[in-house]
Amino acid sequence: MIILEGINRIFQVGDQQVHALDDIHLTIQPGEYLSLMGPSGSGKSTLLNILGLLDKPTSGRYVLEDREVTSLSDDEQARVRGERIGFVFQFFHLVPRMSAFENVELPLVLAGVPPAQRRERVGKILEQLDLTDRAHHRPDQLSGGQCQRIAIARATIMHPSLLLADEPTGNLDSKSGADVVQVLEQLNAGGITLVVVTHDAEVGKRARRRLRMVDGRIVEDETG
Amino acid sequence: MRAGDLARFAAASLIRSPGRTFLMLLAMSIGVSAVVVLTGLGEGARRYITGEFASLGTNLVIVIPGRSETTGGAPAIMAGETPRDLTIEDYLALTRNPLVKQAAPVMVGAAGAAYGRLEREITVVGTTSEYMKIRHMAVDRGKFLPPGDPSRAVNVCVIGKKIRQELFGNEQALGEWLRLGDRRFRVIGILGSSGRSLGVDLQELVIIPVASAQALFNSPGLFRILVEARSRDSMPRLQDQIRKTVARRHQGEEDITVVTQDAVLATFDNILRALTFTVGGIGAISLAVAGILIMNIMLVAVSQRVREIGLLKAVGARRGQLTLIFLSEAVMLASLGGVLGLLLGYLGTLAIHGAYPDLDAQAPGWAIAAALGVSSLTGLVFGIMPARRAAAMEAVAALRG
Repeated sequence: MIILEGINRIFQVGDQQVHALDDIHLTIQPGEYLSLMGPSGSGKSTLLNILGLLDKPTSGRYVLEDREVTSLSDDEQARVRGERIGFVFQFFHLVPRMSAFENVELPLVLAGVPPAQRRERVGKILEQLDLTDRAHHRPDQLSGGQCQRIAIARATIMHPSLLLADEPTGNLDSKSGADVVQVLEQLNAGGITLVVVTHDAEVGKRARRRLRMVDGRIVEDETG
Repeated sequence: MRAGDLARFAAASLIRSPGRTFLMLLAMSIGVSAVVVLTGLGEGARRYITGEFASLGTNLVIVIPGRSETTGGAPAIMAGETPRDLTIEDYLALTRNPLVKQAAPVMVGAAGAAYGRLEREITVVGTTSEYMKIRHMAVDRGKFLPPGDPSRAVNVCVIGKKIRQELFGNEQALGEWLRLGDRRFRVIGILGSSGRSLGVDLQELVIIPVASAQALFNSPGLFRILVEARSRDSMPRLQDQIRKTVARRHQGEEDITVVTQDAVLATFDNILRALTFTVGGIGAISLAVAGILIMNIMLVAVSQRVREIGLLKAVGARRGQLTLIFLSEAVMLASLGGVLGLLLGYLGTLAIHGAYPDLDAQAPGWAIAAALGVSSLTGLVFGIMPARRAAAMEAVAALRG
């Protein structure tokens, strides 16, 4: 379960203060499928980054799986990111010099999982995503849809409880985008909590719970 | 993260960005090899000069007629005042000292030399067969003065290369008669170019037996006596004994000056010290240049990788891990660059040695150590420092690049 209480995020831009998140209160149940929509600059990506511990709130409380995470040290946060949270980015963020296999393997390598076990786990997930024959291609030899599926494999290889996707279809054609959404929804069906930030109303509508943000506030919260 | 994975990760990031790796290796190896070659050059020059001085003779005691009363003053001979001559008998008395390995009397004078219709003014040295060994000279063709009674005048001479060329041209010189002043000397040897006597070019010398020189210059007085001691340790004792021996022969008067080759060399100490400083300076400057070169490349390389650092953070890398990853890369790069640089520098010094065989261009050990130390240190510091800064950024900022 995720609980956000009174989350504020203020950016200093020059001598101006920008209130990117303004007193956010939000509770997300395990296994929920949530979409975050809103105009550019409404704070949806900032909220996602804070949920993923990629950014720190200026004030407020964030409880993830009964654990207050805002006060954790950098290294403890890194551990939570590595084990409990997966990210999917608009621009994939694959390491260009590594093969698909190595990119998926990366979180396991950082966590110190033995090579034999790594090979088995990566092989299995690549097979599930129908990417086995692409395992030894580098990102520049793969299509956008394939890159994003590799990124999803990397995000879920550690079996996180929370999967965060920032415009996962923003850089894809509609066919690949649909594929990616389908993969994400399958993962959600398997029990993972899924939060998708999107501009695409079609993608956003598919979520069971839909949040709408404007000027750093949640202005709509629909379920069903 | 496992040690093997860490090494593989670092190696992969070096191998798979060949352009960047090449530039960094280039900077490092050029830096290191510049230090090796430049200091090698300086050290070679220094050693060459030291060697030149050493070839003047070792364990040498020089006996000069006349007494210098103040240190630093010229011996009396140079002031034209000689109370009592130093003679061949004095020389023979000195050779009987058990501390003496060998000794040679020296007379020096100028005389007109003539062969056929060619004539020129030359420096004539009158001495004995020991002179060649004491001065580390070599004879190119023929032989040196024959050993024998130094008080017997034999009309033979050994001539320098240049004299041979100027007076004999392409003709055979050995066995010919060379006219010196009003006497004739048979040429029995031609000096090689090796061996040097400070201030005197051996190639322009004519060497004759000391007794012949006495007759030629019509004077019994020796210019000086060169004495080579059996060992360095015995030199102070020998100096003392020489003074006493000669004083006994000169009615108890100490009218000679005894100096050692070391004392002569000490005069040149300042020059040698300046040369050593020059080598050090060259080394320091090339090290600084190398360091800055490496620093720049490293800074550029790491700032290109901020995104990657952001991603590593997003998938759970801790700060310590990030530092370790960049440290491993920097260590690999630094050691590879250092080895390459040494190799390049070694080839460079070999090339210099090939081009100038006289110059034994070898970088001193301290320069090699400093070059490796500075290059790996700058490599490490500037490999890790920006990485640490990037690791301290919020992941979201690093991801944006």
